[in-house]
Amino acid sequence: MDDLIIEFLTETNESLMELDTDLIRLEQNPNDKDLISKIFRLMHTIKGTCGFLGLPRLETVAHRAENVMGRFRDGDLEVTAAYVSLILESLDRVRFLLGHIEANGTEPEGNDTDLTTRLDAVYEGRDEFQTSGQPASQPTPAPGPTEEVDLEALFEPVKAKPAEPEIMSESEPGSTEPNPEEEEISSPPPKQQAQQKETSESSIANQSLRVNMDVLENLMTMVSELVLTRNQLLQISRGDKENSFVTPLQRLNHVVSELQEGVMKTRMQPIGNAWAKLPRIIRDLSIELGKKIDLIMTGQDTELDRQVLDMIKDPLTHMVRNSGDHGVETPAERIKAGKPETGKIHLRAYHEGGHIIIEISDDGKGLPTEKIRQKLISKGLVTEEDAEKLSHQQIHQYIFHAGFSTADKVTSVSGRGVGMDVVRTNIEKIGGSIEMKSTEGKGSTFFIKIPLTLAIVSSLIVESGGERFAIPQLAVRELVLVSQKSENRIEMIKNTPVFRLREKLLPLVSLESLLKLGSNEDQKLEDRFEHKYIIVTQVGNYSFGLIVDQVFDTEEIVVKPVAKILKDLELFSGNTILGDGSVIMILDPGGIAKVTGESNLTDAERDAVDESKKLVSDKKTSLLLFTAGAGSPKAVPLSLISRLENIDMSKVEETDGQMLVQYRGSLMPIIPFSADMSLAKDEMKPLLVFADRGKSVGLIADEIIDIREEAIEIQLEGKRKGVFGSAIVSGKATEIVDVMHFLNSVHGDWFKDHGDESFLTHDKMKQNGISRTKRILLVDDSPFFRNMLCPLLTAAGYEVIAVDGPSKALELTERDENFDIIISDIEMPDMNGYDFATKVRATQKWQNTPMVALTSHATPEDIDHGYKSGFDEYIAKFDRDTLLSTISKTLSRGVEI
Amino acid sequence: MSEHTQNQDQTKPHQPLSEAKTKDFLTVLIEGQMFGIPILQVQDVLGELKVTRIPLAPPQVSGSLNLRGRIVTAIDVRKCLGLPPMDVSDNEKRMSVVVNHDDELYSLIIDNVGDVLPLQNKDFEPNPATLDIIWKSISLGVYRLDGKILVVLDVPKLLLSLQHPN
Repeated sequence: MDDLIIEFLTETNESLMELDTDLIRLEQNPNDKDLISKIFRLMHTIKGTCGFLGLPRLETVAHRAENVMGRFRDGDLEVTAAYVSLILESLDRVRFLLGHIEANGTEPEGNDTDLTTRLDAVYEGRDEFQTSGQPASQPTPAPGPTEEVDLEALFEPVKAKPAEPEIMSESEPGSTEPNPEEEEISSPPPKQQAQQKETSESSIANQSLRVNMDVLENLMTMVSELVLTRNQLLQISRGDKENSFVTPLQRLNHVVSELQEGVMKTRMQPIGNAWAKLPRIIRDLSIELGKKIDLIMTGQDTELDRQVLDMIKDPLTHMVRNSGDHGVETPAERIKAGKPETGKIHLRAYHEGGHIIIEISDDGKGLPTEKIRQKLISKGLVTEEDAEKLSHQQIHQYIFHAGFSTADKVTSVSGRGVGMDVVRTNIEKIGGSIEMKSTEGKGSTFFIKIPLTLAIVSSLIVESGGERFAIPQLAVRELVLVSQKSENRIEMIKNTPVFRLREKLLPLVSLESLLKLGSNEDQKLEDRFEHKYIIVTQVGNYSFGLIVDQVFDTEEIVVKPVAKILKDLELFSGNTILGDGSVIMILDPGGIAKVTGESNLTDAERDAVDESKKLVSDKKTSLLLFTAGAGSPKAVPLSLISRLENIDMSKVEETDGQMLVQYRGSLMPIIPFSADMSLAKDEMKPLLVFADRGKSVGLIADEIIDIREEAIEIQLEGKRKGVFGSAIVSGKATEIVDVMHFLNSVHGDWFKDHGDESFLTHDKMKQNGISRTKRILLVDDSPFFRNMLCPLLTAAGYEVIAVDGPSKALELTERDENFDIIISDIEMPDMNGYDFATKVRATQKWQNTPMVALTSHATPEDIDHGYKSGFDEYIAKFDRDTLLSTISKTLSRGVEI
Repeated sequence: MSEHTQNQDQTKPHQPLSEAKTKDFLTVLIEGQMFGIPILQVQDVLGELKVTRIPLAPPQVSGSLNLRGRIVTAIDVRKCLGLPPMDVSDNEKRMSVVVNHDDELYSLIIDNVGDVLPLQNKDFEPNPATLDIIWKSISLGVYRLDGKILVVLDVPKLLLSLQHPN
């Protein structure tokens, strides 16, 4: 059944039940104004809702009854015993209809003319009491009979009926309505209803219970306190493992966690509740603006905390309006742009980690970059010169600035320039973030990321200047320990500390100086930043590092607002009591970002560029850097190493000129990386273990330096064996090790099992002067498979670009990407591999690119289908040897052609 | 936790029946000067508790503390009154009076707590015109006692003065 109907039934049943108790009073005091108004209101509500839900029969009854009740309420008509019966009968009819809807989902057959004519008669003053000239104020009939009739009406409405037709026939002898046949049709229902009432006293109403929000809020507060107390107890018991409290405490821990979850659940509401108004808004908007807009909503069931829901309701409405007003074009414009006449606004909600992501995308005109640029200049927000330097993404970010609107006209809907900045502020207030992507002419997408709940937050506890603070974990990306003596050190630009994080400068904020906790500014740089932690924090697109002295545990904390006199402090979002009973301030990453200079435009841009790079290429490889012998550091792809060990050189044995070491119960050959290494017996040396199919080889190194993610680009050919060449890794010339050389020197047959010598092919290619690595486009929806294949192919010397679907792959054509070979899965959700191949063959750029199909089941028909669609080769998944050989064969064929 | 007394409950029975003739005040001492806090505003009297510093807060706010699961903001009344910090050689522990303001708890750190006194309305006088301007802004008036003058602290005003510095 429709959620709306269920809700309606629950609500109405509740109101009816409430009325039941009051109805007894109605007998004694028929002119109880409060009660009459109550019934009136109920009928009114039912009438209104029914019209909306499409329940005409119920609507009619409620409507007519409402008319009559209206007269009673206004004191227009005195309520007599007969009228009381009529009221009760109407209520019973409503109840019967509701019962039927609840049981069958539809209204019962038949109609209610028997009742409605009488109701109409009363409303229009045509019934006996009013027409017979008797004053309306005439005292009600003797209590005895009244009670009888009414009680009957209450409990067995069928019996009450016979009394009614009399009244009616007297008042309207010539009336056409209540002919006997109709009586026949409509009289059975009350019987059914009476039965139903006895058997199932509205099952839906009993399944849910309305609870005042305050009760839940209170409950939540109590649970929060309980969580704190539990944390406190756990902290105490942590030091004392033998304590007899440990076991019961563990149970308490579990129960409290469950209780917390349960109570949180009571506060959860589907996000659809916040969306309910949107279809109407879009409808009105499209009429007002003469546009055709479809609003598609997915993920309405995604639940989130009521408090959060309330906070995002308005921003969401605003954004959807914006999409309709600014985004989607008029039908004429759309046709001109070659798009379907009807624009689409897609609203999507889903869970991701501890967040809810809400996406609002439209296929409209996107953000007009030039227009915004002009506006920025005209508003004096940036100088003309600077504006030229800003990238699209940077310019787009300005829509989140106050006092900015791109709409030419101020409509009733939007364009007043108070919008996106308020939206952003509201979302950031609840610890969320908003990001956007827009392509001019194609539409824009906004991503809103919000926490599931606000009440209990997992936080990292840190120390700075002797004080402890909590940072919501949502904002923490990673932690870095820095030491001024190592490579991981903080550098200064004037007085601004920065840190190189994976070849990017991360702006740093010292919490100590930000909060004015200490006065060690005059200390030497080395001392000031010695042994500090950097908390890499992200707010929206903007990343920065917070320098702190110490990092402790993470803890579930209950956010309590700070005292009113401190509410001007932007850097804190609240405070809380920790497990050990001390009070601690909760840092607000958003506030810190704001206070420390919101230079997030450039950073957002940089990130965006990075992200697009990531989409195009995964060519970065994790490299293990080490030193061995003289010369520059060496690097080897991490994915090739199975283990790192430390060996005692005195344990190394030698047979037949080959160094061996006993390793895990068998002998493992080991090789020093270079001959000039000192291999004194009393040393411990790091050993890089390469293993495959039961065979392993150890490579002795001098020192492991680091693990880096880099794109390997060999710039100088290696002159000696065992080295591919030199590349720049983290700013230093580094030798890229040809692992295969070492492996082959020990196990000559290392590759025989593989059936392919891809590394050697790689070498050969280089010898032939083809220095460009072959690019492979891998299309597979399974991340597992992508992760498995990428390193394999990368290690085999190819550059691999993996995408999760054909649509992404086809997007790449637009980016002028070229590949030497395309490997594609067949079974994929959006578009299968056959269609993909057909599409690829249809493009101009890729029509000659060799394509290899991968599938888990390859029947002859499938293979045939594959070849027809444009695949050149068809191989089974999981057969990596064939895969490698097929790739190299296909490629060499391509070269020949 | 620490010694604390529910003054409110204890003093209510002492309240004379002839209402409105007297008012009950908790007397506190700061730098030798006696102050009175209307007893109905007082929630707790605390000894010295561990206070967490709140960075960037106004200097009068010495921090926050945990009072039976509620977070209380501690206010140094000495600093509010423009008095120098207490002499460290005075080996006495400082005490604080917890007051409720707008459903939030504040702990007013003072030098010492005295008795609860019922004060005669006839002894009340408005602030002397020449009183220090800071004091005047947070005082409701004064009571003439035997050999002493008691200044009535206007707690809401005191807290408000922190919210909007100067």
